[in-house]
Amino acid sequence: MAIFVDKSTRLVVQGITGRDGSFHTRQMMEYGTQVVAGVTPGKGGQFFEGPDGKKVPIFNTVEDAVNEAGANTSAIYVPPAFASGAILEAAGAGVKFIVCITEGLPVQDMTRALKYVKDRGARLLGPNCPGIISPGKAKVGILPAQIVTPGPVGVISRSGTLTYEAVIQLTNAGIGQTTCVGIGGDPLIGTNFIDALSAFKDDADTEAIVMIGEIGGTDEQEAAAWVKANLNIPVVGFIAGQTAPPGRRMGHAGAIISGSAGTAEEKMKAFQENGIAVAARPVEIATLIQERMGL
Amino acid sequence: MKLHEFQAKALLKKYGVPVPEGQRVETPMEASQLVDQWGGKGVVKAQIYAGGRGKAGGVKVVSSKAEAEAAFDDIMDKVLVTPQTGPEGRRVGKILVEQALDIKDEYYLSILVDRAQARLAILASAEGGTEIEEVAATSPDKIITLTLDPVVGYTSAVGREIGFALGLDGALVRQFDALLKSLIAAFTAVDASLVEINPLVVTGEGKIVAADAKVTLDDNALFRHKDLAELDDQDEADPLEWEARKHGLNYIRLDGTIGAMVNGAGLAMATMDLVKYYGGEPANFLDIGGSSNPDKVVAALEIITSDPNVKVILFNIFGGITRCDDVANGIVEATKRIDITVPLVIRLTGTNEKEGVEILKGAGMSAATSMDEVVERAVALANQA
Repeated sequence: MAIFVDKSTRLVVQGITGRDGSFHTRQMMEYGTQVVAGVTPGKGGQFFEGPDGKKVPIFNTVEDAVNEAGANTSAIYVPPAFASGAILEAAGAGVKFIVCITEGLPVQDMTRALKYVKDRGARLLGPNCPGIISPGKAKVGILPAQIVTPGPVGVISRSGTLTYEAVIQLTNAGIGQTTCVGIGGDPLIGTNFIDALSAFKDDADTEAIVMIGEIGGTDEQEAAAWVKANLNIPVVGFIAGQTAPPGRRMGHAGAIISGSAGTAEEKMKAFQENGIAVAARPVEIATLIQERMGL
Repeated sequence: MKLHEFQAKALLKKYGVPVPEGQRVETPMEASQLVDQWGGKGVVKAQIYAGGRGKAGGVKVVSSKAEAEAAFDDIMDKVLVTPQTGPEGRRVGKILVEQALDIKDEYYLSILVDRAQARLAILASAEGGTEIEEVAATSPDKIITLTLDPVVGYTSAVGREIGFALGLDGALVRQFDALLKSLIAAFTAVDASLVEINPLVVTGEGKIVAADAKVTLDDNALFRHKDLAELDDQDEADPLEWEARKHGLNYIRLDGTIGAMVNGAGLAMATMDLVKYYGGEPANFLDIGGSSNPDKVVAALEIITSDPNVKVILFNIFGGITRCDDVANGIVEATKRIDITVPLVIRLTGTNEKEGVEILKGAGMSAATSMDEVVERAVALANQA
């Protein structure tokens, strides 16, 4: 199985003709994701040229993409000023799973977008995330195909390249993944650790989980308590930012220690207290998974 | 991005929030002329981005023109050391002079974005004038918190609930409601991430006034507030960080000896952590992002090497979409353009890794394959230097 994306994913790419949108659409198509439509206002009626001569129809609106191409998932590669509008448009058009790659969305835009997405019964992943990949099935976003392989581990991460670091070690150790979910580096996100953990819990193929967190907020701490109460499979965690100074935004808008809250220490303690094995270094993630899974 | 108190108050005043009479002054004479309008009674306040100025001697209540001049002379150029400035303190370059308030009661009021609920939250407390973190730690029941529905926003019912909970009487609650409505209007209009009024004062005349104001703007929204973005005070920034921002680089200066350039914020934090793990001290956080552009690498290297503490620079690049051969070319090109006297240790992995390593070899540089290897090497070199 997998969570959130698989062979039934019918993807519309919002911003398909932009620099990032076009590049990543080709990558996703090469991976085997069903890209059924693109949206660039004003270019409706045109076609996007994918690999192997495949043509993807471009529409003016997401509504058209849903009605005429049967899109059920969206990937947003649209600049920050317009990205929350793109999320609202997708949710309004009935798209049920929306992946927003864009970094830099104003936080107050997100308070409104999250509420609307919820009211529309949709799921948002991100913003400011690398997307999601279910190895062998589909990829929505920018996670590189060559680092993943199908297998039993679910990966949930707030990071981009740090995720790749952890995943490739699993892959090199012969331990594949069911789905790798990038939940993103922003303070307000559509899918948090508990959301992803719940989905993995219902996925029979997922036998262990890796959580990659960072400083800022209380998501990991709450998730740790949830894990203890709800999961019976091994979970390994890593927290980036043990040496981050308080009050500074460490790249990601959500990676900020407020006063004394949201420190790496606090999160690692929450992991330990709730039975989650804590990797002190990225390289320990794969070894802990092997240990805990008895491999 | 932070605003100074005088800028925050000017902004809030625009939205109808009552603030004390006052303005920035640049000379002792201006200070005394200003307080003269108020019978000599005023408050002379240092304007720095950090809190805790009062206890550090940055805020003086005066009752004559002579005292105002003396206070100005004392505070201007003073280095204030507060819990928020760090031990090196902050030099005062700007001063605000205000009319003194007849303070009867002090309250705490702030608006921020609650991460967990993804809503605007209002925090209020009758324990005004104290550090809110202290109140939260010792008597959390004294803090009232309400969140706003993102669609409905502020309603007077919210203001009344908080006002009465603070112990205000009916007349004051009406004023409080109006003030809070204005505060939230300001918060949303300027895309703030924090607006903090501590203390919110009830005067002897029965007026509610924001005696202090702290406003932090959402960096992600500055693109749509160019006028406010211009208020960013260069004097309050680390010069290297200011320079880095100009080049679009995500750079934070620390005080160690091992400089680092990494692609990805999480990986950059993990790299810093690993440096510490192996006994070294990071000199900076730097997320170079997905770009392999030599111009960016040059700019980043120039900034890192401007830090005299740096004894070695490490690269940790995981090329996913970014290609390792592109990055290698960028590094080689950059090292040709500027003269680097400290050793570079490079870790390059991912897409086109082999090609990237070959390019570096051709330029007389080598690359490690693992993150641990490159960090251990960097720490060893830093310790030798």
